[in-house]
Amino acid sequence: MKKDETNDNKGISRRDLLAGLASLPVLGALGYGLFLHTSERNKYKSGLLKGIKPVLPSGIPPLVDGPVLRLGVVGTGGRGMYIMKALGFVLPERIDEWKSRAATDKYWRDYLDEFMAQEQLNVRVTAVCDVFGKHAAEGMAAGSNLYRNGQSGEMADVPRRYLTYQELCASPDVDAVIVATPDHLHIPVALEAARNGKHVYCEKPLSWTVEETFEARKVVKDTGIVFQLGHQGRQTESYQVAKSLIEQDVIGKISLIEVCTNRNDPNGAWVYDIDPEANENTIDWKQFIGPAPWHEFSLERFFRWRCWWDYSTGLSGDLFTHEYDALNQILGLGIPHSAMASGGIYFYKDGRTVPDVLNMAFEYPERDLTLLYSATLSSEKNRGKSIMAHDAWMELDETLTVYLDRSSTRYKDQIEKGLLEPNKPIFSYVPGQDKIDAITTPTEKYFAGRGLLYTYRDGKAVDTTHLHLREWLNCIRLNNGTQPSCDIDQAFEEAITAHMGTISYHEKRRTFWDAINERIV
Amino acid sequence: MKYSKTGLVALVVLRLATGWHFFYEGMVKVLNPDWTSKAYLLDSGGFLKRTFEWMALNDSVLPVVDFLNAWGLTLIGLSLLLGIFCRAGAFAGMLLLLFYYLSHPAFPGIEYLFPTDGSYFIINKTLVELFALFVIFAFPTAHIIGVERFWAAKNRRPE
Repeated sequence: MKKDETNDNKGISRRDLLAGLASLPVLGALGYGLFLHTSERNKYKSGLLKGIKPVLPSGIPPLVDGPVLRLGVVGTGGRGMYIMKALGFVLPERIDEWKSRAATDKYWRDYLDEFMAQEQLNVRVTAVCDVFGKHAAEGMAAGSNLYRNGQSGEMADVPRRYLTYQELCASPDVDAVIVATPDHLHIPVALEAARNGKHVYCEKPLSWTVEETFEARKVVKDTGIVFQLGHQGRQTESYQVAKSLIEQDVIGKISLIEVCTNRNDPNGAWVYDIDPEANENTIDWKQFIGPAPWHEFSLERFFRWRCWWDYSTGLSGDLFTHEYDALNQILGLGIPHSAMASGGIYFYKDGRTVPDVLNMAFEYPERDLTLLYSATLSSEKNRGKSIMAHDAWMELDETLTVYLDRSSTRYKDQIEKGLLEPNKPIFSYVPGQDKIDAITTPTEKYFAGRGLLYTYRDGKAVDTTHLHLREWLNCIRLNNGTQPSCDIDQAFEEAITAHMGTISYHEKRRTFWDAINERIV
Repeated sequence: MKYSKTGLVALVVLRLATGWHFFYEGMVKVLNPDWTSKAYLLDSGGFLKRTFEWMALNDSVLPVVDFLNAWGLTLIGLSLLLGIFCRAGAFAGMLLLLFYYLSHPAFPGIEYLFPTDGSYFIINKTLVELFALFVIFAFPTAHIIGVERFWAAKNRRPE
């Protein structure tokens, strides 16, 4: 044994000590690295977040106590049945179908679990009305499925089918009416219900013509019913967060907002399937036509009504209104000063009269900003909503991401000191996360804005239509004059704005809102 | 086991580099109270995709996964760096890397949201690091350069 290994009375020589602890300097270097990392991160965090208190959604509001509400559903086609599902009523054979799929497929297992977990809203469907016999029968079957059973399970009372909406609205067995008809029948049905003292949940857009928009506002206000327009986007969490950020001036002065619709499949372009059971004997064609110009019986027009101005409000009323209502909710935009629209039927040359490409510019001179809408039904390039401001821009969907602008005035100092990185996400909100934070790791940075993961896969995501109906029902039960978030005033602004765009498209000129006389000129 | 001088240097450098990587990755996560593996797990692919997604979406499982991952990385890193319980550390590290690999296997046809930093077919950097740990496991050096030397020294004592 060497000398230096024997002269240590503990058996550990200096050589042992050196070799045993040789890596300690490495740990020191790593410690320094971590110190640098942490201080960078703290610097980063301390910048933007200081003084900003975003309002986080407060979860699902509790159900207001009260008696069972009896609902009448007018229009039990695609959207009507979806609304019934959001209320907890689904065709028994559909439940069987979901169950058999769920046996082998996790997606359907989650889907079924989510539906079964959806809270019962203390309502019954007592009445349905649809001009197509098959749809009416399906509405009745779904409406009786109070216990969410398959075909062999127990059913509750079957809702009564009314052949006309007038009879349904006059029924003493109905407290409130859901309107899920084609656009041209929204107001006739909604106002018939209101005049009968029934509360109304009306699908968007509010109206098919300008004139009936004014009438709708008057009747709803005069009768004092609880009115909710079916823009379920009112329940989208990220919009509420966006509103709170903008109110705290996080992004600075907004000059331009861009919203879009991009779809690229026949279903998205309203070329829906034609039911083989549909014919002149199973459809009350005259009632379908209602206030629309007369046209001979047409299955295409019945099922694909969105393609004709005769029944539809086109891209402006059907899809732009979703975008508009989101921004009206966030920014309180109101009715624009002017609208300019252009577009055409460029892809779907199938006899439709509504355009499949539409671009609209709405000017808000009092707010110093332009709202731009751009839509095509033949490209799926995802564009999302962008709110562009001097200090930062905000990308908005189910998620929310704020990007710092290189030339920001407000954040100039922080950018110069290297505390904030321009053109990078500096703030993000993803539904399902209970925190809002600056994003600090490479993974987080990458996933920010790609929140589809959370919204579509998270089994606990709640159907916004369910929340929207719940808000309406809560207001009815409160019975103290409280109106839901998308009330008749918001609905009025939505409809007038959409009509300004549509008129501009038709007349190939700029339209203006005369706010004093309340008319479109 | 007898090593040549070069062999010993190579093995110790490999051990320290791997330990460095583990320790830093672990501490960064430990020091960040907001860190979670949720997004990474949700981005999983391959035949265990569903299992990893279940971990991400289960509120009682995810915090455990996050805790074990952050502290697992840190302690494995520390064991490799200091040369203490080094074979156990290398083995645990291999298990952890196996989980990462199974969550994001480099199989053709599987696409991930999170971009990769290169082109891989079956073998990726996770797997290479796993094999590096296998080498560290098979050729221990901690009893020569590392805290384990102190025990080795005691055992070496004649009396």
